[in-house]
Amino acid sequence: MNFGETARNKLTFLTMLLAAFTVALVPIGASAQDNADAAVVADAVEGETAVAATGGFEHFGPDRILGQPTSSDEDMLASMTFQEQYTANGNYALWMHDAILMPIITIISLFVLGLLLWVVARYRKKANPVPSKTSHNTLIEIIWTVVPVIILVVIAVPSISLLARQYQSPPEDAITIKANGYQWYWGYEYVDNGGFEVISNMLDESEALDAGEPHQLAVDNRMVVPVGVPIRLQTFGADVIHSFGVPSLWFKLDAVPGRINAKMLTIEEEGIYYGQCMELCGARHGYMPIAIEARSLEDYNAWVAMQPGGMTRAQVGAEEAAAEVEDAQSAEEAAAVGDAEAAEAAEAAA
Amino acid sequence: MATTAEGFDAHHEGHAAHDQSDHKPGFFVRWFMSTNHKDIGTLYLIFAIIAGIIGGAISGFMRAELAAPDLQYMGMIVDWLGGDGASFDQQGHMWNVLITAHGLIMVFFMVMPAMIGGFGNWFVPLMIGAPDMAFPRMNNISFWLTVAGFLSLLFSMFVPGGVGMGAGVGWTVYAPLSTSGSVGPATDFAIFSLHLAGAGSILGATNFITTIFNMRAPGMTLHKMPLFVWSVLVTAFLLLLALPVLAAAITMLLTDRNFGTTFFDPAGGGDPVLYQHLFWFFGHPEVYIMILPGFGMISQIVATFSRKPVFGYLGMAYAMVAIGVVGFIVWAHHMYTVGLDVNTKMYFTAATMVIAVPTGIKIFSWIATMWGGSIEFKSPMVWAMGFIFLFTVGGVTGVVLANGGIDDNLHDTYYVVAHFHYVLSMGAVFSLFAGFYYWFPKMSGRWHSEFLSHVHFWGFFIGVNVIFFPQHFLGLQGMARRYPDYTAAFEFWNQVSSYGYWIMTASMGVFFVNIGYALFAGKRAEDNYWGEGATTLEWSLSSPPPYHQFETLPVIEDHHSSNDHTSAQPASA
Repeated sequence: MNFGETARNKLTFLTMLLAAFTVALVPIGASAQDNADAAVVADAVEGETAVAATGGFEHFGPDRILGQPTSSDEDMLASMTFQEQYTANGNYALWMHDAILMPIITIISLFVLGLLLWVVARYRKKANPVPSKTSHNTLIEIIWTVVPVIILVVIAVPSISLLARQYQSPPEDAITIKANGYQWYWGYEYVDNGGFEVISNMLDESEALDAGEPHQLAVDNRMVVPVGVPIRLQTFGADVIHSFGVPSLWFKLDAVPGRINAKMLTIEEEGIYYGQCMELCGARHGYMPIAIEARSLEDYNAWVAMQPGGMTRAQVGAEEAAAEVEDAQSAEEAAAVGDAEAAEAAEAAA
Repeated sequence: MATTAEGFDAHHEGHAAHDQSDHKPGFFVRWFMSTNHKDIGTLYLIFAIIAGIIGGAISGFMRAELAAPDLQYMGMIVDWLGGDGASFDQQGHMWNVLITAHGLIMVFFMVMPAMIGGFGNWFVPLMIGAPDMAFPRMNNISFWLTVAGFLSLLFSMFVPGGVGMGAGVGWTVYAPLSTSGSVGPATDFAIFSLHLAGAGSILGATNFITTIFNMRAPGMTLHKMPLFVWSVLVTAFLLLLALPVLAAAITMLLTDRNFGTTFFDPAGGGDPVLYQHLFWFFGHPEVYIMILPGFGMISQIVATFSRKPVFGYLGMAYAMVAIGVVGFIVWAHHMYTVGLDVNTKMYFTAATMVIAVPTGIKIFSWIATMWGGSIEFKSPMVWAMGFIFLFTVGGVTGVVLANGGIDDNLHDTYYVVAHFHYVLSMGAVFSLFAGFYYWFPKMSGRWHSEFLSHVHFWGFFIGVNVIFFPQHFLGLQGMARRYPDYTAAFEFWNQVSSYGYWIMTASMGVFFVNIGYALFAGKRAEDNYWGEGATTLEWSLSSPPPYHQFETLPVIEDHHSSNDHTSAQPASA
């Protein structure tokens, strides 16, 4: 059902508004309901109707691409390092790599090279005809054991901190999206929004170029997600192991058959972010890309509403509340009639 | 710590019993039923060179395909191998078959046979003053099992294995791609090839351990044996302990594929991640197996050409032991994105970083060996110095990858490919060429051209760096590995990388010309053609050594107490 189209018809709009308010009032009437929940539902419903009034949802165009590799023609230096990052953890990891790891490894490599060049110059046979016989020096052996240990500790501190950040549990109200890896495409299941699944296939070269998007990264149906809110991103492998990786969001999680992996993802900016399957999965391993479209929560809800079976969190909450009321009512009725069994069953379901 | 065989000359010994010690069997018995460690070593080296040519040619096709976006060559190869009208999926599958074959061949049929079967067999008995290995006939079985394994792998490319011929599962053979995801006998033949090669290596490991523990010449204590022998000893223990786990893991793949078990199938209560744990429990020690003998050879070479004993002998020996031991408790750093829990990931991050310490000790000790030396830049030394620098570069990118949180954005990208090719194509392979030029005149009795060896070095050095350095950039930008094709943004560095392949290939042409020339027209080599810096026992023998040596054991005299670490004697280590 196209929410926007229906809403544009004023009469239907007024009826819907009435229905929406009635639904919002039901939880208040139910004895077991929390008033706070009702307030949330009411607010969400208001927000929805506001969106409905302004119109439908439109996908971003290629001008909103943020997460993609940079060609050397465009920017040589940028093509030699990480993609720009759009998550807090990604920025922290990038900092750790650029400010701690890169300087350390560069200095160590140049140091060893320097020592070797020095040795070539100073100790070649012509410059040093008589070899020394030294084969021990306890002090230096201690130094070149302890100093590397110190360097490793310096690296380990931010490293362990990064891991702790990456493993923060998503809050209870995080939006859960499950990426199912298939041979050879992705299915994005919107668990908290009605359970619909968006199937995402790579666009072939001509289609991608027509859309102005990079080939082998562009897809037909992007994974639309809300920006700025924590997402509980789950991965699952339907047949063989795949891996959901998005370089500009510093996110990679294998999609393994028989288990559901989950990690939190909070995207900071609206835009399009490309990723790829990062675990060998058969003939088209290289041809099942990922495209995430991060939108404001409003736009996200509008998009969700457009999907068959799509329900915004508010609607899900309302439906659950209604179901609970129904269960409570049937429990009451059954008890009134003296039907103990039916009453118990209804209670249990509520 | 003198372990020179001063005063002992095996060659003259040999003259007295010349006829007996030099009597060789007929051609077929000599080369197909050998019980001679030197001949078996030669067989392994020739085998490794042939396998290296095949594995290298495959990587040539790979780089050719990746030189530009879109698929250009995969269809041709499918047709050439007996397929027809290569569909898109057949081309994709062919790519997977090539990368699998390249990895398996280079690891199991090039590096390991050359290092352990080739140089290990040739020089461990010579360096400890033994007449042969403890189990000469089992030595031969190990070789022929390895050959059989290689044939099984080659055969797998000509039977169905998915969308077309061959096994497209990666050298890591992950389930369920390798179980339910690969229909057809190709994967079974690939798995079987690992069984055969693995068995050969396990038997070889027992042979080396027994030989080194029991057959050292009188006076050669463990702390007096050359570092190359130490390296092979540690490697043999790693093989003995790690390979059976691989054998178990791949046997479970075979039963899942053919006998209805569900070890790795969740529908039957199994877990694909179990396979990964088992594989990498072998897989990580495997990479140390591939590099430790190289470390040993570099120690011998650096000491010889600096004309100084290796700095810090005990530190060097026990650093190798430490690398071997710690190498067994870091395997899950290959599994950082599989869904490990936070404490596990933190542990493996910390443990992996620990290995950098003993490895650093070795790098600094080699430099300290050169420090104060009187260095001649013969080709083995040049290769060794290239090794020291490039292995360091590969090692530090390993430190970057060791960090689990950082690895999240680098796992399965070209950054990993760059890392392991630095430590393998530039670590292991440089040490193999160093050892080759060091010992070739000893083994063949003929001199190669030192000039051509230097040309080979510089061409190869430039070539492999042009291939692999840009791959760091590709990985950082997010280019995935095991992809036959890529989005346009990755084109430039892929093009550069592919050019490097041709430079490297040209240098390998120089290598083959050099060896061909040497075998037919090379100058004769003396017993000790490197001079006073070469102090291990093989230099007391003729070039080539007699068919049987040390029939009377040399006695290692101790000119200074082994506790006198400031001794003036050049040691054999």
